[in-house]
Amino acid sequence: MSNSSLTSLIYDARLRGYVFQFLILALIVFGVWSLVDNTVTNLAERGKTVGFGFLTANAGFQISDTLGTWAMDYSVGESTYLDVYFIGIINTFLVAILGIVGATFLGFTIGIMRLSRNFIIRSFATVYIELLRNLPLLLQLFFWYFAVLRALPSKREKIDIIPDFISVNITGLYLPAPVVESGFIYSVIALGVALVMTFIMKRWAEKRQLETGQRFPVFWAACGVLLLLPLAIFAMTGSPLEWTFPEFKTDGPMLRRGFQSGTGMVLVPEMMAVWLALTLYTAAFIAEIVRAGILAINKGQTEASYSIGLKPGLTLRLVIIPQALRVIIPPLTSQYLNLTKNSSLAVAIAYPELVSVFAGTALNQVGKEIEMIFMMMMVYLTFSLATAAFMNWFNARVKLIER
Amino acid sequence: MKKLTLAALGVAGAMIASTAMADGHGNSTLAQVKEKGFIQCGVSQGLPGFSNADDSGNWTGLDVDLCRAVAAAVFGDSDAVKFTPLSAKQRFTALASGEIDILSRNTTWTMTRDTQLGLNFAGVNYYDGQGMMVPTALGVTSALELDGANICTNTGTTTELNITDFFRANGMSFNLVAFEKADEVVAAYDSGRCDVYTTDRSGLAAQRGKLTAPDSHMVLSEIISKEPLGPVVRQGDDQWFNIVRWSLNAMINAEELGITSANVNATEFNDVSPSVARLVGKEGNFGAELGLDNKWAYNIIRQVGNYAESYEANVTPLGLARGVNALWSDGGILYAAPIR
Ligand SMILES: N[C@@H](CCC(=O)N[C@@H](CS)C(=O)NCC(=O)O)C(=O)O
Repeated sequence: MSNSSLTSLIYDARLRGYVFQFLILALIVFGVWSLVDNTVTNLAERGKTVGFGFLTANAGFQISDTLGTWAMDYSVGESTYLDVYFIGIINTFLVAILGIVGATFLGFTIGIMRLSRNFIIRSFATVYIELLRNLPLLLQLFFWYFAVLRALPSKREKIDIIPDFISVNITGLYLPAPVVESGFIYSVIALGVALVMTFIMKRWAEKRQLETGQRFPVFWAACGVLLLLPLAIFAMTGSPLEWTFPEFKTDGPMLRRGFQSGTGMVLVPEMMAVWLALTLYTAAFIAEIVRAGILAINKGQTEASYSIGLKPGLTLRLVIIPQALRVIIPPLTSQYLNLTKNSSLAVAIAYPELVSVFAGTALNQVGKEIEMIFMMMMVYLTFSLATAAFMNWFNARVKLIER
Repeated sequence: MKKLTLAALGVAGAMIASTAMADGHGNSTLAQVKEKGFIQCGVSQGLPGFSNADDSGNWTGLDVDLCRAVAAAVFGDSDAVKFTPLSAKQRFTALASGEIDILSRNTTWTMTRDTQLGLNFAGVNYYDGQGMMVPTALGVTSALELDGANICTNTGTTTELNITDFFRANGMSFNLVAFEKADEVVAAYDSGRCDVYTTDRSGLAAQRGKLTAPDSHMVLSEIISKEPLGPVVRQGDDQWFNIVRWSLNAMINAEELGITSANVNATEFNDVSPSVARLVGKEGNFGAELGLDNKWAYNIIRQVGNYAESYEANVTPLGLARGVNALWSDGGILYAAPIR
């Protein structure tokens, strides 16, 4: 009898399922544990410890002036390795976001050009795509960096883009810098309030239109609210924002001529080259995705839209693109993720992003490979997951609602 | 621990455990090296005089010779070496992970590196210091005039730290542009991105030839740091550490004793002093103590040469005189422990 109940237990599919799941779980837990334990032992054998204590130690190296160093108020000997980590993150995100924006605009433009009926426009787009898609990104990065450097005048000279406001030379692009004084926060809050008001207004206007058929000029009202409210508060708090302008010296000792540090804002050529290279490279891929997306829409849609009198531009904007987006967004997301990860190549041309400054310079000083690589991976993972989540949300919004 | 590791290997699959098992346990570096038949040596990506590959991929240089010396000691064949070019940033990870057996790449011996990175420095094969190069047109004669300068250098180096210290100590500001590879540093400096190129003085001499107009640049007289450069091994393998340390010592002692690749052969037939007899393996059991053939040092001298020969072939052409790197008996600070 006990025998038969045992047999029935063995043949119980559900129980068997549990047992196997448990076994696999146990194996994974054991695997992870022994991996960690093994690593710690191996490290201990070499006299190394595991831990994140190093993050509070002071970093003893200078980092090139960038958004990150400015935002973290970096100062050698006072800032910690944790600050260095954040500088890396900020600089990585800066080029990633700028690159995503740039590549999206350029990619859509080139993709649509590729479908143009004009031979010259079409061929230009084709050549662009084939050229940029097929050359290694690192090569392009070097090309743009050294092309940018060669093209710009030396440190003691400059080209004025808008005299006294925007100028450029080999050390970077110089712009006026805002200096925020106390009280500026109220203007920011006002902008936030204005945004919320606009949102509520839009809801209300939609509802009213549904109910009464009357339209409300939401766009103009929104512009008014968004501009006037913050500006009014700004003026009332006594305009707490100053601008400093880049200062350029043409006399004195040779070394001190040129733009004076600490005046205005500078975008270093390393950043511009990374941005340029990431944008141009990724745009080529996005262009192909856009083209494929548009071609995927049945020709009948275009014909139908023409037949109700829409012009080609409007047809594209109102009929084709909204439908094509469904096809475009998933591969577009991958391109955004690629761009972010590709930004780590910037280490080659001295742009202080995460891989360069944290997993490079800092890692070399403290030698905590495992901890630091882990911290670095978490950043890319978080950013990738966030991008993917956002794009999925966006995809859900634009996807075809079947009626 | 080992048993658990093996168990983990068995059940969780080779994939998970392989990285953890890669090195450190059981197998000594010497045994591993002997099994694969060559030494994997980490060098620079191209620093003339120290480690540099020609068009056909032959590596030469003072740092390269050190690896060849170890190969001669271990295998009796100075060609049993493979080279891995590494950037400053990659080098310690490459050594710690077991990708290379020796790091011989103009690497400065510092306390942090010695104590916190799980590495050991096996000696010093070049005493250096950090210098600065500027275009002559800048009209600068002293490093103290460099307030506000843009400075190009390599990331992951002591250079970054020293230059920061120097500017802080002198109350000056500067902007650092740090590249991963030396070639980009040189190209950026050459294009005028930076006013100053800073690195080890040996590095300045070596890289200078890559500039478009080497003569319109000058090296400032200040030496802002101590850079004892030497070979590095993983911590925890004393035997391998000894082999590398004594391979270097053998080259220096050979110079001191006047033994060269040309005359070492003769020591076999002629009467020699006891020191020489120990060096070339006629007396004593020094090779066996290292786990090597008793002719270990003989092979080094025969195939690679003594320190002076290596220096003259590689570093002298850069225009760098022996200076502090002369033997202690010649007014320098090169001083190797005796073989006895
Ligand atoms: N000795 C310093 C600096 C070593 C270093 O990387 N120097 C550069 C500039 S001379 C170099 O060797 N570059 C050659 C390369 O990257 O291959 C250190 O150990 O941190």
